[in-house]
Amino acid sequence: MATQTIPLNQNAEVNSDKLVEMFRQMLLIRRFEEASEEAYAHGQIGGFLHLYIGQEAVAVGAISVLQPQDHIITAYRDHGHAIARGLDTNALMAELFGKSTGVSHGKGGSMHLADVSKHFWGGHAIVGGHLPTAVGLALAVQYQHQDAVVLAFFGDGATNIGLFHESLNLAAVWHLPIIFLCENNLYGMGTAVSRASAAERMVDKACGYHIPAQQMDGMDVVAVRQTMDEVVSTVRSGSGPHFVEALTYRYRGHSMGDAQRYRTSHEVKEWEERDPINVFQHILIDQGILNDKQVGQIIREVNHEIEVAVKFAEESPEPDPEALYQHIYVED
Amino acid sequence: MAVITYREAIRQAISEEMERDPKVFIMGEEVGIWGGTYAITKGLMDQFGDKRVRDTPISEAAIVGGATGAALAGLRPIAELMTINFGLVAMDAIVNEAPKYHYMFGGQMTVPLTIRAVGGGGRQLAATHSQTLDVIFAYFPGLKVVLPATPYDAKGLLKAAIRDDNPVLYIEHSLLYPHKGEVPDEDYLVPLGKANVMRQGSDVTIVSYSRMAQISLEAAEALSQEGIEAEIVDLRSLRPLDMETVLDSFRKTFRCVIVEEGWKSYGVGAEISTRIYEEAFDYIDAPIKRVAGAEVPMPYARNLEQLAIPSKDDVIQAVHEVLGIA
Repeated sequence: MATQTIPLNQNAEVNSDKLVEMFRQMLLIRRFEEASEEAYAHGQIGGFLHLYIGQEAVAVGAISVLQPQDHIITAYRDHGHAIARGLDTNALMAELFGKSTGVSHGKGGSMHLADVSKHFWGGHAIVGGHLPTAVGLALAVQYQHQDAVVLAFFGDGATNIGLFHESLNLAAVWHLPIIFLCENNLYGMGTAVSRASAAERMVDKACGYHIPAQQMDGMDVVAVRQTMDEVVSTVRSGSGPHFVEALTYRYRGHSMGDAQRYRTSHEVKEWEERDPINVFQHILIDQGILNDKQVGQIIREVNHEIEVAVKFAEESPEPDPEALYQHIYVED
Repeated sequence: MAVITYREAIRQAISEEMERDPKVFIMGEEVGIWGGTYAITKGLMDQFGDKRVRDTPISEAAIVGGATGAALAGLRPIAELMTINFGLVAMDAIVNEAPKYHYMFGGQMTVPLTIRAVGGGGRQLAATHSQTLDVIFAYFPGLKVVLPATPYDAKGLLKAAIRDDNPVLYIEHSLLYPHKGEVPDEDYLVPLGKANVMRQGSDVTIVSYSRMAQISLEAAEALSQEGIEAEIVDLRSLRPLDMETVLDSFRKTFRCVIVEEGWKSYGVGAEISTRIYEEAFDYIDAPIKRVAGAEVPMPYARNLEQLAIPSKDDVIQAVHEVLGIA
């Protein structure tokens, strides 16, 4: 799992812009998560809050290769994917604050971020519950002969639930344009993969369904992008489903209030040394794509965007009481 | 008006809606080559091809969940569960995904999904395959639950369900499949959430639905011989629940018997009677009676099974009781 994978492509002009944008997005996610952690501590955010810190390279690298017509669906650790898809940080933060200006009008919260106009279908809180939905999105693509793929994110924990197996099988039987992207961060809540899964390599679980599968270094955004570029092209060309396992790590607890008795601080520190943002920043500077001054400028812009988002969330109104009974059904 | 079976009414509804809208398709176990375990989808694969009549693996969660995803993306799927009992392994998809999306994501998602399943007992299929689980599903806001009692409603409700933009669970009764009735030749819909007065009467209101509405009708014909005229309200839909029609009838008869095939505890009778007590207390002339299935896992033996399912005589007896006839 070397982090020194930098065969950056030939077309330097286009690619360096893209690389800088990926760097900016990773920073934006990191800062968004830090700000929401702080707001949670102040009681401004309720419920669960599952932070994506440490895993930024996966969402950013994978989503960077998608087209606007492609579909994305994910689990409850969804802030990073939403930001990488370009959802408005104001509306995202407002959703965490339970405000009417939130992406889901304050009805969904942290685990249920969505923006249908961007084909970002949530944010789903039942482990594995969104995987059949993902398969159905892919069925709709195939049924309507659309030039699109579905990218479904889920964690290692979801691979132990029946829904996962039904979904992989059906996607394979029907040859659907879907990429199952498993973010293996080594723990399903507090239970290590080795204690929960007979197969420790998630890719092995795709074999039984004859779905091509590969691992990638989820701490290396360039590696993620390159792997996903190939996989998405293959699936787009009609190959049927693919499975990708990103080897990654979350630095924070599962949610807030996690004593983290299941791992050592030494282990966390080891992963932090391979921090996807730090490593990528060094690469960009080494390659001459960015200089220190430009990095500083990006950091300031990102910090500002998040400050604005928090302020927007704080100042936004709560949902109107009559919203309680709105949207139970689509009315005629 | 043609006279057709309940089974044929369902088949026609599916076929006509698929003809009408290319976004409508059906997926489920044995719906294609086999033609449906209860022969509902017979001939549809020949008519529409295997893209629109899709055989699935035995994966109920993926059938309902997959159809949910397709509905999100703009299709109008019909997901068939071989029986409602198998819906229990797809509970997350049926009650915790599809009915939540519209609300939970602030109105931006819609799930125009129809789930079809057959329920009820009476075919000696024993405890796991003979259940009436309607109220479990009717508990959830966001899901509509409809249950036809006649061929007319079977067709009209299913067509309305398919055209509805919400997830609708449409529960059939296997003993009603051969039941015949009049169905218009032209296109028609039966609105979801509107009860039907199946029979007019002034002495007692019988509230029922699905097969038990037909049993109640038989009881009412027998009661009529004694000079007792029962009004029968077929709920047709458990959610939304049309209490207006029930209350209008009750304010006329002042007496009520509620007949359901499911278990009495926490059931439809409990809900309807409580609402009558809440909303029409001053009209009550006699304690409301409930007729319901025996609270046992359904036995296999023919005689025991028959004892467990409400009969015409049970309904007649309950009506006698509310009228004070010993």
